[in-house]
Amino acid sequence: MIEFLEYSVLGLLGGGVIALIALSFVLVYKSTGVVNFAVGEVMMLGAYLYYAASVSFAVPPWVAFAMSLAVISLLAMLVERTVLRPLSGQPTVAVMMATIGMASIMHGSIEAIWGGDTYQPPALLPRTPLLIGDIMIPGAVLGNFAIAALLITGFLLFFRYSRTGVALRATASDPVTAATLGININFAARLTWMLAGSVGTVAGVLISSSAGLSPLFASAALSVFAAIILGGMDSILGAIVASLILGLVESLAAGYLGGKSRDIVPYLVVLAILVIRPYGIFGTRTIERL
Amino acid sequence: MPSSISPSQSKARPASSPGLPLSVEGVDLRFGGIHALKNVSFSARAGEITAVIGPNGAGKTSVFNTISGFYRPAAGAVRLGDEDITRVPVSARARRGLARTFQNIALFHGLSVLENIKLGGHHHMRAGVLPALAFSRSAREEELALREEVERKVIDFLQIDHIRHATVDVLPYGLQKRVELARALAMRPRVLLLDEPVAGMNREETEDMARFILDVQEEWGVTVLLVEHDMGMVMDISSHVVVLNFGQVIAAGTPAEVRAHPQVIEAYLGAESVTQ
Repeated sequence: MIEFLEYSVLGLLGGGVIALIALSFVLVYKSTGVVNFAVGEVMMLGAYLYYAASVSFAVPPWVAFAMSLAVISLLAMLVERTVLRPLSGQPTVAVMMATIGMASIMHGSIEAIWGGDTYQPPALLPRTPLLIGDIMIPGAVLGNFAIAALLITGFLLFFRYSRTGVALRATASDPVTAATLGININFAARLTWMLAGSVGTVAGVLISSSAGLSPLFASAALSVFAAIILGGMDSILGAIVASLILGLVESLAAGYLGGKSRDIVPYLVVLAILVIRPYGIFGTRTIERL
Repeated sequence: MPSSISPSQSKARPASSPGLPLSVEGVDLRFGGIHALKNVSFSARAGEITAVIGPNGAGKTSVFNTISGFYRPAAGAVRLGDEDITRVPVSARARRGLARTFQNIALFHGLSVLENIKLGGHHHMRAGVLPALAFSRSAREEELALREEVERKVIDFLQIDHIRHATVDVLPYGLQKRVELARALAMRPRVLLLDEPVAGMNREETEDMARFILDVQEEWGVTVLLVEHDMGMVMDISSHVVVLNFGQVIAAGTPAEVRAHPQVIEAYLGAESVTQ
């Protein structure tokens, strides 16, 4: 029983970080309709930048973190302006291919600069573990979850209540009408990409500071695609719930069936759910299937 | 974001500010081989109601979309007040006081009535971190207070107080049209474009909408330009009517003049009398 509780708690906490990556994806899909396959690479690049600043240039961790956020935001802005905006109105597949291309470029650049070694970026948060009864929760897991939860709550409130958040939702649902109301839709797209890049960077820094960093890191985002499809591609809430489910299933599978099963079981669960609800748990029925 | 707002259109512009004249001058619009608008010229006088009528495919919606900025004309100009806005982007036209509604209601699904209306006032506020810093706190609060007042006034005026928190999707058609008008008014417009405001409405709803449009013009002093198929309604509320046929203006004048115009009777009503 204790074992089950421990696996469950750790799984749910781990799901919080997966939810951050999912949020990065859903933000872009929901407001610009772009299926961003570079989500893992953005996360990885953010983590490498953090590593480079904090270790290679010996900048304090929080400053390094801020620097990598700034660089990724800037890059996101640039990519939106030079790649995605000229492609707007093109078929979904063309835009998707562009994001896959950008993913390759990022991946290649990272390997060229940092090689294939595994690095250990410094932790942002103290690592004191927490003991609840007989369950021990590592400090990194708890801290990562806390940051993810704060950030996600912030985003939900921002989209629900702030004027800019509502304007972003409006632009997502009908850009033409939004423009006639005076909403600058180019600005909305730019802001969305910057926010998505920043959220991805936070996820990358959090995960890499506890799990290490290598060019294989981007594949962590693969399980996120399962979460996104499970939650419904255009639902932030769905992405969060699905990420938690996925974290839970992964952790239980690894605990009871052995480490390798964590790569298989979650996909089986996703498959099973999709047979029943093809548009995801919370997704809109009309979404484009890939 | 561009912030080219002229001093006369300051952020604190009162809701009752007088309308601006709008003119379309020699506009030519082509889509490939189709000549949608041929040398179209007319103007909507400040603070009055002008209607654009014409058979299906005459170019009415093309005129509207050119004024809104969705289409760039091959030749000619669109003028708002003294300013040539032909090359001004869509969202920047809103900041100059141009608002519109759509033939097929364009409310934001999933958002409440109030959220939709609040979006109308959005362009009066600068978004983002840097502009927020530049925009002083007191000016921001003043603008927020004014916006809330306008939103209250608009909701009151169009009698949609009871549905303010409803999701727009669940509302009946007539009310959705009214919410869309409310959103346009929340923009504090100086020129209001209404694309078929009573299309698909029954007699009673049409009369309600006609009354609202007249009140908008009288109480708010807004210039109104509307496209409409309902001839009775057009003749009742407009002070000026422009008739389009095959992308050309074939007549313009008061409702009485237009009604008597032989070319209008022939083109628009198939040689039957308009007077019924």
